[in-house]
Amino acid sequence: MPGLTSPKTRRTAGARLAVVAATAVLPLALASCTDNANANATGATDGPIQVTSTDTECKVSAAVAPSGNLTFAVKNDGAEVTEFYVLAEDGLRIVAEVENIGPGITRNLVLTAPAGKYTTACKPGMKGDGIRAEFTVKDSGKQATADADHQKLVDTGVTQYTAYVKDQTEQLVAGTKEFAAAYAAGDAAKAKSLYAATRMHWERIEPVAESFGDLDPKLDAREADLEPGQKWTGWHRAEKDLFPQAGYKALTAAERSAISKQLVADTEELSSRTRTVELSADKLGNGAKELLDEVARGKVTGEEEIWSHTDLWDFQANVDGARIAFENLKPALEQKDSALAKDLDAKFSALQAELKTHAKGDGFAYYNELSKDEVQKLSALVDALGEPLSKLTAAVVL
Amino acid sequence: MSGCPFGGGQQPPADAHSESSLASSETTDGVTRRLSRRGLLGLAGVGGAGAVAGIAAGLLGHDAIAAAAAPPAANDSVIPFFGDRQAGITTAAQDRLHMAAFDVTTEDRAALIELLKDWTAAAEAMTAGRTTGATGAVDGPYDAPPEDTGEALDLDAGRLTLTIGFGASLFEKDGKARFGLGGKRPDALIDLPHFPGDALEPARTGGDIVVQACADDPQVAVHAIRNLARIGFGKARVRWSQLGFGRTSSTSRAQQTPRNLFGFKDGTNNLKSEDAALLDEHVWAGAGSRAGEAWMAGGSYLVARRIRMHIEIWDRTSLREQEGLIGRTKGEGAPLSGGKEFTAPDFAIKGNDGEPLIGMDSHVRLAHPNQNDGVRMLRRGYNYTDGSDGLGHLDAGLFFIAFVKDPRTHYVPMQMTMAKQDVLALEYLKHTGSGLFAVPPGVRQGGYIGEGLFA
Repeated sequence: MPGLTSPKTRRTAGARLAVVAATAVLPLALASCTDNANANATGATDGPIQVTSTDTECKVSAAVAPSGNLTFAVKNDGAEVTEFYVLAEDGLRIVAEVENIGPGITRNLVLTAPAGKYTTACKPGMKGDGIRAEFTVKDSGKQATADADHQKLVDTGVTQYTAYVKDQTEQLVAGTKEFAAAYAAGDAAKAKSLYAATRMHWERIEPVAESFGDLDPKLDAREADLEPGQKWTGWHRAEKDLFPQAGYKALTAAERSAISKQLVADTEELSSRTRTVELSADKLGNGAKELLDEVARGKVTGEEEIWSHTDLWDFQANVDGARIAFENLKPALEQKDSALAKDLDAKFSALQAELKTHAKGDGFAYYNELSKDEVQKLSALVDALGEPLSKLTAAVVL
Repeated sequence: MSGCPFGGGQQPPADAHSESSLASSETTDGVTRRLSRRGLLGLAGVGGAGAVAGIAAGLLGHDAIAAAAAPPAANDSVIPFFGDRQAGITTAAQDRLHMAAFDVTTEDRAALIELLKDWTAAAEAMTAGRTTGATGAVDGPYDAPPEDTGEALDLDAGRLTLTIGFGASLFEKDGKARFGLGGKRPDALIDLPHFPGDALEPARTGGDIVVQACADDPQVAVHAIRNLARIGFGKARVRWSQLGFGRTSSTSRAQQTPRNLFGFKDGTNNLKSEDAALLDEHVWAGAGSRAGEAWMAGGSYLVARRIRMHIEIWDRTSLREQEGLIGRTKGEGAPLSGGKEFTAPDFAIKGNDGEPLIGMDSHVRLAHPNQNDGVRMLRRGYNYTDGSDGLGHLDAGLFFIAFVKDPRTHYVPMQMTMAKQDVLALEYLKHTGSGLFAVPPGVRQGGYIGEGLFA
């Protein structure tokens, strides 16, 4: 994750790179092209700065650039995998980086850089101290955010979201136990009343839950998702039993009991695993987008809950989860792109307002009670939100 | 170790991007792919400077219109976007169509104008063979979705034209004016009457804004509609869209007359781009009779009809009956009165049974200007197939498109006659979709589509 590796990685990389800074012969090398670089910097039409990384060289097409958004097009002309760094003046702090550039590949690094002195570095072979050069950003009048403060806001957002995930998984575990007990005991009425509301805790943190590739299918597979021979467990297995279609043969008490036990065990496993998940701003941003994708793919189409038709509960929960992630990142986003923050606020509100019109009691109307026009309206609002939401990650992480 | 650009620092870096990339064959991956759609065109005239300015301005949040590049130099695959009139009307008909009608989901006038500006910028870029947005398909941040969807990389502009028109429902809904456009709906933008036999499906009919994308490559046309739809999310949603796989009309004498799915040449007698005086008389709209409709001067009206053909039944019809219904020979396309394809039909000449050689209820007779007060239209339709109908038949037919000066005089009377009398229409055709749109005049550089409507 460019710009978002864990602090530990950053420090190590920075420290290693720092060794070279003292011994580099940069001033001489730079002197020969200063004029040219200045001419470039004063031009109004700067495009991407071309970086060519070979096994022995790191050519940067300009040594000076105006402040604002900078794009480095980093091309690996060497034989080994390379990396490119923009370091702060101290040669220690990583301002931005792009990793894992295979031979022959060009990768863009886009960053917002305030005026100041920087160091660029290519790291062919991904080891050693990097091939460094000085780089200057001149004040162009375009405001660029101070990124120390920005990082603090990002970190706060990530901490808040981590707490949210913890809270939701705790509620999910408690609710699942209650549901499982009712279902196993054959209290269908109670189990049905708990089904949708309990699943909301799952749906709110779905991208995190789904990151455990083995648990997700055990807990949330729909019948249509199964491979031949795959054992079907989890919520939707119970759903089919609780909301039976004509001709459906109900599960026995023993089968219900087994499913209930498995459901609780898998949920507890999920809960314990989420404790050690390390979240980051890009995971929040991408998670928010994925939640909306979930809505667009499965909920607004009524495919998630084909027997219970409680898709709008899931819909609301996905939107909740996306909105929380967005809200947690909002202070950081406002620094980088306040227009996007405003747009997302408006789009979330519009979608929420429309969803609210389908609220009934503690829950919602069933999906099969919605008219085609109503579904289309929801779908248009999901698309309207999904498009700007897909820009959240890059806007914050950049 | 060297910090110098390209070793010596002799090249002007701003241009180094495209020039050095082209000059050396060492470029790979992203750079090479960019060249086919962007770089080459850039060198042809859009210019490194212009394109790069667009990138810089876009990233810094400048007005997309202001950042639009200069018009491209001559290139066979590029139809100029800017002009007094919109392209895609008299432009020699391209091979493929993707048309989409949008419903505007906002009621905010400023948002609508912004949408039209964004569409104008994207349309200009795509018709010039460039990608959309400031950073295109592969030049943006690695953690952001690319601005351009990318499926037209490596393809040239494909003679893409994007023609935009406004439906009646953009101006008013439920009797109330929208977007402050009260009094701006042109009188000619009528609600089309019900024609006998119409089986219009609401999901294929109407729409606030239509975009006609025509190109010689279907991928280019679809790419254009897809990217405009994407830009529109939150302001407009696709109401219906239609692919056309082959043109059924020629709009230039340089083009051969194509065939429709009945197997007959279609549009032999079509208006052609060379007929300047006739175009003024029949295609280009005037300033109207009220100040509120003057914005349409130099525009035209687009009639779209999705006409399902019962091709399976048609195929069981004798050649005699097929030619009799059309009024032309199937091979040459000559009128049954004799001659060659472009020979004028003689509706009076009779056979030994005393009946006219060109039947009274034949398509050629009913559609001929002589039978319709001399009115003509510029047809620009496409053959389509949309899968099958579930009953073992192809859902295939003609997506009829015509541009006319005024549908009240140039479309409705003829269609009413044909719907009532044309045996072809009665037995083999079914109209399943319909739309009428006011197509404003063209865009000048720095302007946006439909600007006159909001003046």
